[in-house]
Amino acid sequence: MTRILTVLLMLIGLLGAIAVPSSAIAQIEVDITEGNIDPVPIAVPDFLGQDPETRQLGAQIAEVIRSDLESSALFRSLDPASFLETQTDIDYEPTFADWRVIRADALASGRIVRDGPDKVRVEFRLWDVFAGRQLQGIRFSTATENWRRTAHKASDAIFKALTGEEGYFDSRIVFVDQRGPKTDRQKRLAIMDQDGFNPQYLLGGSDLVISPQFDPSSQTITFMSYETLPPQVYILDIETGRRELLGSFPGMTFAPRFSPDGDNLIMSMEQRGNIDIYIMDLLTRSTQRLTTDAGIDVSASFSPDGRRIVFQSDRGGSPQLYTMNADGSSTKRISFGDGRYNQPVWSPRGDKIAFVRQNRGKFAIGVMDPDGSRERILTDDYLVDMPSWSPNGRVILFTKETRGRNSRAELWSVDLTGRNLKRVDTPGQATDPAWSPILD
Amino acid sequence: MTLKPRSLAVIAMTALLVSGCATKPDPVPEPVADPTPAPIVETQPQQPEVLRPIPQTPMVDPNQPAPGSIADFAYSTGGDARVYFAYNQYTLSPQARDTLRQQADWLKTYRDYTAVVEGHADERGTRQYNIALGARRANSVKSFLVGQGIAPSRLTTVSYGKERPIDGRSNEEGWARNRNGYTNLRAIGRS
Repeated sequence: MTRILTVLLMLIGLLGAIAVPSSAIAQIEVDITEGNIDPVPIAVPDFLGQDPETRQLGAQIAEVIRSDLESSALFRSLDPASFLETQTDIDYEPTFADWRVIRADALASGRIVRDGPDKVRVEFRLWDVFAGRQLQGIRFSTATENWRRTAHKASDAIFKALTGEEGYFDSRIVFVDQRGPKTDRQKRLAIMDQDGFNPQYLLGGSDLVISPQFDPSSQTITFMSYETLPPQVYILDIETGRRELLGSFPGMTFAPRFSPDGDNLIMSMEQRGNIDIYIMDLLTRSTQRLTTDAGIDVSASFSPDGRRIVFQSDRGGSPQLYTMNADGSSTKRISFGDGRYNQPVWSPRGDKIAFVRQNRGKFAIGVMDPDGSRERILTDDYLVDMPSWSPNGRVILFTKETRGRNSRAELWSVDLTGRNLKRVDTPGQATDPAWSPILD
Repeated sequence: MTLKPRSLAVIAMTALLVSGCATKPDPVPEPVADPTPAPIVETQPQQPEVLRPIPQTPMVDPNQPAPGSIADFAYSTGGDARVYFAYNQYTLSPQARDTLRQQADWLKTYRDYTAVVEGHADERGTRQYNIALGARRANSVKSFLVGQGIAPSRLTTVSYGKERPIDGRSNEEGWARNRNGYTNLRAIGRS
């Protein structure tokens, strides 16, 4: 009797843990600094189901989680064929010894519970195999068709529990889809999940579109379009499809980017061949000029606290990086290395600025501290451009274009340490990636 | 054009040679029996007959577009309605100025046109910087044309950066062609 009661109490305790994510710090240490070479081995068995349909869903969800974690290069997903224990109920402790034998540091096991005609509950527990304890238990209720996002959310939770950093898997990438030969390109605005799934076009029409950017606080994007003459900056609400011309300015407006709170937008405006940076209050639609020199001032990007702006300017002769206050005061040059510095983007974490350096006939993606120190090149090639940070400031997406008439444009990603360089799958050729904030 | 007179001379000379050949008698064996040989008459070298020039209409280049057409603009101002820039530059070369003077003259003659002056850059620059650079190039072209007396209201500018290359090659020649300012004419009253 007492034994049954204990088990029952234990079960209640575990279920409670499922409802409230545990904030326990993991024993497993995932080294996320430059020195990390060994990915953490993690076992993610197919999630259990009650019937063939939920079992199938469980297999698909586990597959997405394995692939998410693996893609970060911080984890190595163990082959399910090597698993010794087959759990039949996730509410009991796993046989840790069986998982230690196959050298799993962590185990994430879950189940799918039917929760109405088109609804399911996705529940999982994350175990520290060596310490022999649960790190996390989480339950998601969701529409069945939303299973992929739920899997990404589970990956984010696992990533956070094991690395201490926010995940970035439940996010999307807006980009410019590109078709046709180099001298007759067709470009369209498109969006897809962070892992390349669910691609779709955002706009009809064949007008040239360039440089979409996300509002860090919502699912709204801004971009430049050649629909009007001179070309102007637009904003588009992805959820509603509502598109809006920001304003009819006397000159071309381009290179737009939201402030971190989404209340303002910075962009460049051209007037009689002079290009300066302007800020627009999106509520009042009033603009204020931030730079006044005769050079090209372009590619402005806010610090995540909204106080400083990094941009590129050729006021000193060649393109270099500068920072200034959000009102345009106290400008300071921060790049001093060889070559030309372009396209700076402040990390959402605030600690780094990504940029494109052009030197000796090559282009490179690099990062430096906001004061210009500790510059590091992550990757270089014939042509790389348009770096975009993952919402957690860990991974940088960028465009890579090959040489020659049959040049191809692709999206690639590299992490902050310069490792895990890889191509991102897109339906066709793609440029100008912009990472969304984490979805709500 | 210079080929014409020379080729006429060649034809005339050839004609001379041919006629010379024709007058030369074939070596026919002389009849020995003939008692009265014809007296040998020394012939004077024949003076070539000078052809009178035929009155002609001026030579027509079959490729020449109708004067005052959009195609004529490019044809009359050096070929492609574009001026070219050095790498990362937006100042006009003497050659570009020449072309733009011809463009301005043409635009003063044919007033039923406006123009969108497009600035273009080669691929060796970041996308956004190249849009800015193209804007400067377009503006250099516009300013020069305005300086030549074209009303600013007839000229708008737009920069395509490196988005609209005319040459797909990734070499010096290709890049040089893609760094240009293009005076893209629009007939007034037509879209």
